[in-house]
Amino acid sequence: MKLIDPLSIYALWLRDVKRFLRTPSRIIGSIAMPLLFLVFLAFGFSGASIPGLPAGIDYLQYLVPGMVGFTMLFGASFAGLSILSDQDVGFLKEILVAPVSRTSIVLGRIAGGSTTALVQAILILLLSIPLGFRVTSLLSLPLALVFLMLIAVTFVGFGVALASQFSDSEGFGLVVQFVIFPLFFLSGAIYPISSFPTPVQALALINPLTYGVDGLRAVLVGASEYSLALDLGALLVSSVVMVGVGTYLFERVEAV
Amino acid sequence: MVAIEVDSLTKTFESVTAVDDLSFTVGDGELFGLLGPNGAGKSTLINMLVTLLAPSAGTATVDGHDITTERAAVRNSIGVVFQEPALDEDLTGEENLAFHARLYGMDKRERETNIDEIFELIGLADERDDPVGTYSGGMKRRLEIGRGLLHEPAVLFLDEPTAGLDARTRRDTWEYIQRMNEDAGVSIVLTTHYIEEAEQLCDRVAIVDDGEIAAIDSPAALKDSLGGDVISLATDGSASTLCNHLDTRPWVIEYETTEVGVNVTVDRGEGRIADLVHVADEADVTITSVDIHRPNLETVFLSLTGATIAEHEATDDDATSANGDSMSMAATTRQPPARSEGNE
Repeated sequence: MKLIDPLSIYALWLRDVKRFLRTPSRIIGSIAMPLLFLVFLAFGFSGASIPGLPAGIDYLQYLVPGMVGFTMLFGASFAGLSILSDQDVGFLKEILVAPVSRTSIVLGRIAGGSTTALVQAILILLLSIPLGFRVTSLLSLPLALVFLMLIAVTFVGFGVALASQFSDSEGFGLVVQFVIFPLFFLSGAIYPISSFPTPVQALALINPLTYGVDGLRAVLVGASEYSLALDLGALLVSSVVMVGVGTYLFERVEAV
Repeated sequence: MVAIEVDSLTKTFESVTAVDDLSFTVGDGELFGLLGPNGAGKSTLINMLVTLLAPSAGTATVDGHDITTERAAVRNSIGVVFQEPALDEDLTGEENLAFHARLYGMDKRERETNIDEIFELIGLADERDDPVGTYSGGMKRRLEIGRGLLHEPAVLFLDEPTAGLDARTRRDTWEYIQRMNEDAGVSIVLTTHYIEEAEQLCDRVAIVDDGEIAAIDSPAALKDSLGGDVISLATDGSASTLCNHLDTRPWVIEYETTEVGVNVTVDRGEGRIADLVHVADEADVTITSVDIHRPNLETVFLSLTGATIAEHEATDDDATSANGDSMSMAATTRQPPARSEGNE
């Protein structure tokens, strides 16, 4: 049993992608919430003066990278949910009884979940264009893709880790709401974290999404709090850690 | 060559011992059944053999590989069909099989030829591109059994393969299982709480009760161990004179008087009815009715454990056992009266 088995990872990835493309309701459902947030916040605060906003950046430009990050969180929670629904319908046993290492299973799920989250994020990005969002340079898009992938891996890894602590999808569905929103509000996605009191800022600084959103903002609209290297480094570390934690916790999942 | 060797295998969950010190072997190419009520520990045993559960004590080998130290090798050499369906209903039949083939490391050519073969074998070639969600219960079962064989395992495990299927689909499924066993030459271990399934399908049956094996043999040998058929005669008036005559007949294994007459145990009961009527004539006793009871696995189960499978399940707390089990219910009504002599 190879620790990393590309064919099995591909099989798991292909399954997730097929399921995603075959259920349009899932695609719509997964981007509806971020889209609503984006539209209402963008219009609602369009005239407001928000302290700490970088000079020369209007609120929509500021908000879109944040909402793209939020979409990632959402997509990742779906990936965690799909592990639990596999458990609910018994399909997880089919996977666990196969001669495939748990590491490969987790990597396959992360690959699948990240891909679908990535598609959702790109959809949000495209839908923000009619609202008036402008990318500074098209050359920055490949770098944005790198950031999106790292955010996806981090949070899908987190979703897998969290899902392996639950035995049914209902409990997970409830708890995940209480995880997504603090991560979202503490990431500088909709306002600068400099508005927080110092202890709360410290929380934001250990949130990987903070660096994800900041990095996206740097490459997409050319304004950021931290250096690109710091954002990239922090996200690299968080993806490696989350894949490790996800694998470690998934090892202990009992199939029966 | 031995397909499975189980040695003192035990599994305890907190205070409950689900599998208690089991030892048995399954031969190569054998169709082996584990018969017992829900909650007897069959699924726990299977889950240990397929490496999903770690045993608390004891060891076992599957296709020569140890289930705790060589899990990867065990997984490579087994196919499993679980009690609950384990298919992705959003994918088509073919996609389910292709997913499975990739997990078992089959390359494109091998995958395509094996998938074609399996669809022919399970008779779902026309439905291979339909989503599994549109399949009937029987079709899903066939697909799962086919999937279990896709990577050409040495041993196929079937946990309650026909639970929840209607009578006709059940018979069809038996046919498939038998054909897989004969054509593919794969050893099969199945669990069941259907008497008829064990009796018709299996080369050998282990009777499992409360985590232990009460007996293990071919269905015929198990039935023979009960010592012949029971013919119940109802008589007009006392049967005592008849009994005196029965004492003189060497083919009578034993007899026992009842409220309405006498129960006579003989070999091959159908050939002795005329003889018994003749004896009764001699004794001047009028027979008002004759009934013949052949031992089946239900009566074997009863004599070994003191209750029928249905009775076991009626007292079982597990609500899942409530899914209508008309077959074993029907069998319980055909039990012979309680017998005095002890059986092994």
